[in-house]
Amino acid sequence: MRLRLRRVGVLILALAASVAAAQTTAPPAFDELLKLLAARRHGHVTFSEVQQLAMLDRPLESSGELLYDAPDRLEKRTLKPRAQTLILEHGVLAARRGQRTYVMELRDYPQVLPLVESIRATLAGDRAALERTFRVQFDGTLGAWTLLLVPVDTTLAGAVKDIRIAGERDAVRTVEIRHNDGDRSLLRIGPEVPP
Amino acid sequence: MTRPGAAGLIWALLVILAAGIAAHATYTADLSAFLPRSPSATQTLLIEQLRTGPAARLILVALEGADARTRARLSVQLARELRSDPHFIAVNNGDAASLERDREFLFRHRYLLSETVTPQRFTVAGLHAAIDDSLDVLASPEGALLKPLFTRDPSGEMLTILEALGPGRGPRTTEGVWSSRDGARALLMVQTRAAGSDTDAQQAACDGLRRAFASSLASLPAADRRGTALLLSGPPVFAVASRAMIKGEVMRLSGVSAALVALLLLSVYRSLPALLLTLVPVASGALAGVASVALGFDAVHGITLGFGITLIGEAVDYSIYLFIQSAAHWRHSVWPTIRLGVLTSICGFAALLPSAFPGLAQLGLYSVTGLVAAALVTRFVLPGWLPRSLGVRDLSALGERLARALQKLRGVRGALWLVPLLAGAALYMHRGTLWNRELSALNPIPAADQALDEQLRADAGAPDVRYVIVASAPDRESALAAAQTLGTLLTPLIDQGVIGGFESPARYLPPLAVQRARQASLPAPSILSARLQEAVAGLPVSAARLQPFLLDVERARTAPPLNSADLEGTSLAAAAESLLVRSGGGWSALLPLSAVASADLTADAVARVRAALAQERSAHAALLDLKDEADRLYSGYLSEAVQLAIAGFGAIVLLLLVALRSVARVTRVVAPLALSVVAVAGLLAALGERLTILHVVGMLLIVAVGSNYALFFDRSSAQPRQGSVPLTLASLLIANTATVLTFGVLACSRIPVLADLGSTVAPGTLLALLFSALLARPPAPAPPEAAPTGAS
Repeated sequence: MRLRLRRVGVLILALAASVAAAQTTAPPAFDELLKLLAARRHGHVTFSEVQQLAMLDRPLESSGELLYDAPDRLEKRTLKPRAQTLILEHGVLAARRGQRTYVMELRDYPQVLPLVESIRATLAGDRAALERTFRVQFDGTLGAWTLLLVPVDTTLAGAVKDIRIAGERDAVRTVEIRHNDGDRSLLRIGPEVPP
Repeated sequence: MTRPGAAGLIWALLVILAAGIAAHATYTADLSAFLPRSPSATQTLLIEQLRTGPAARLILVALEGADARTRARLSVQLARELRSDPHFIAVNNGDAASLERDREFLFRHRYLLSETVTPQRFTVAGLHAAIDDSLDVLASPEGALLKPLFTRDPSGEMLTILEALGPGRGPRTTEGVWSSRDGARALLMVQTRAAGSDTDAQQAACDGLRRAFASSLASLPAADRRGTALLLSGPPVFAVASRAMIKGEVMRLSGVSAALVALLLLSVYRSLPALLLTLVPVASGALAGVASVALGFDAVHGITLGFGITLIGEAVDYSIYLFIQSAAHWRHSVWPTIRLGVLTSICGFAALLPSAFPGLAQLGLYSVTGLVAAALVTRFVLPGWLPRSLGVRDLSALGERLARALQKLRGVRGALWLVPLLAGAALYMHRGTLWNRELSALNPIPAADQALDEQLRADAGAPDVRYVIVASAPDRESALAAAQTLGTLLTPLIDQGVIGGFESPARYLPPLAVQRARQASLPAPSILSARLQEAVAGLPVSAARLQPFLLDVERARTAPPLNSADLEGTSLAAAAESLLVRSGGGWSALLPLSAVASADLTADAVARVRAALAQERSAHAALLDLKDEADRLYSGYLSEAVQLAIAGFGAIVLLLLVALRSVARVTRVVAPLALSVVAVAGLLAALGERLTILHVVGMLLIVAVGSNYALFFDRSSAQPRQGSVPLTLASLLIANTATVLTFGVLACSRIPVLADLGSTVAPGTLLALLFSALLARPPAPAPPEAAPTGAS
């Protein structure tokens, strides 16, 4: 039953996406939003994240700070439960845990790419980059907007189903990621950290 | 010349003998011409790497043109064909299937391969920490990659292995196969079965590759094929290309040289018989040269035959003197001078015989034998064949004109002082960049091909390996053990930021003892199950979910150890095989090092690696800096060439002192030669040329060849009654023109060693003739004055 519901969900989603694709002219508010986001060169905010994985008994909770420098440097400093730093710079993702740093070229990992590129491209107001990886659907107003991002490449197993980013004007508030296997995560972005 | 018939008979027999030897000789055109004859221990390692090492067997294949999807299809098809070709032991194109096989292998054997498999890891505390770490990874974006593996590998051994293998330095993937960084070319990496030094087999491999490309292309629809091209690079390709180039160049250059000289002589002699007779000593000399090199060395290098072209220019001189200068006086007046000239030339070339650079030693032997043979044929065989009237044009008129022109020129010979001054100034100004001390100076591969190779290597993430630790051991297993030991020494250096990383065969194939120790670290099922139950306390995962983990550990605990057969079918097999090689009587493990940021290790880093190696003498390991070692080798050749050239020059001066018995006469003979050498060196420096070993050898040849001219001028002034001065002048001019033509042709070669030699000797001998003429004592209106201030 759950499975069937999900199938229906996928169907509706696909329908919505094709409708979105058919409307080639995006609403003017979307363009304005992208301009607004692109104008912002720097950001430093707190975050908290909850990830629900089917194979785990409890959700994984973490919190820390996000730093962004336009157009392509994004740093995620997890402070709790344990320190871990992720830096995305020029398409290279470096993960630092303890002593070791693990480096990957994002382009080589299509499963990982949408997880990171969705946030970066949104923060940069980079429409071309967004549309390279996703079909994009804008909803709401500049004051309270939602972007629904559906990956173009649906062939990858265990891949992202969709990503919903919500915000107010040039501030992103939540990033919700849903995976095809039912796992999901919700990233809440808190207030600006004073410099 | 008492028995011309007998001389002819001996000549004919010798020609047949030499032809027989030459026909059965082995000819090579590989890089062995440039490798030392008696290498040191590290040079042996270097040569082994160059000849048979894994790097020498790697071919980089790039497909360009068409669109990405077509290139990807072509790549898949080509890889399929090459995998069934016995010339190749490994064919990688990054397709999902082969990546999956590699990943499958690593995952299946993770408990034998992972460095973190220790007894501690499988205690309650160890498991708790490891699972907690894995949960951190799951929470990060890379978690998407590891999520499917988590229940089988909660301690994260796969991640340990992948981290040890290094970040994805491999090529980028486009449309499911490896591509260049810009995505415009599909890439494959192919390893040949044959050693790099087996040029014939490499040629067959390259041909096989091209055929496979053609048939893969034929499997595509015609519309898709448009503009597709195959690019090949790597040591095997270079070996084949340089052999073909040396072969082609030698044929082309000797053909052009011979044609030019024949044209010159025909226009001078206006007699076909004279031209044909001229060729007899030249051909005899060349044949004798090849035969002697075949007898004296294992194989005749193609490059020696290239150098041998120069013999045409020298040997032809003797018959020119014979035909042009009065044949009647030949034996008494001309021959003694030629004889001394031949002896000085031999002194010059013989100085090359002891060279450690086989190419030079062969050049020396070839030239010495060739010149002796040509001179002897000219002296003893040719005169017997001369028809009563050869019909050679009388060149007296030309000689007279030359003599008058020379008279005028002598007026300005004071200006010659400018030559050493200008040359000295040029040499001084370029003193910092005067010498080229890199082995690449001898590299016959065109710069464009080298640039393509560099680009493909960067794209393939297969940089030219510069630093390799070589550990020698009596057998395969102890070589692996040494690699494992070295790995534990090197890992701290990565953490300290001294080196960026290293590769090791022990990562793909741990030594047996290590595998057994890892297996012994794995607890029995009941124990592990109990510990896991305890370990997950407080973690958001239940032991029940991790049942697959228990099954996998038990399978690994009781599995037979890994051996190289398990690697078959993965791309890791080639990596393991290339890092573990049979050498001499034993085995060597190779551990290539990479630097932190740039391609080169700092001197401090090299010292610290060496210090780390010194701690563990049992591994019998040495750090080899391939570039440094190669450059040191070349720089040894260079200083040796300078010493040999000086020794050759000394021997020539000594010979002249003995023969002429007059310091003044020797000075007059040597001064113009020294002046031409200085002038050419200055000229090359002024033109921005950086001097290589072949320039030095060329300078020796200027002296060896130029001494002939100086000696004729010396004879003219010492014995003015003998021979005709104008005819001597004319013959010298023609002989010199022949020399300048042949060396000039060489200077146009695409092979640097030949071009360097040609561009030094061609202007040098021209100047030697000019300076000799200017500095010679004017031929005697007052014969009594000719009495020298004797040295005897």
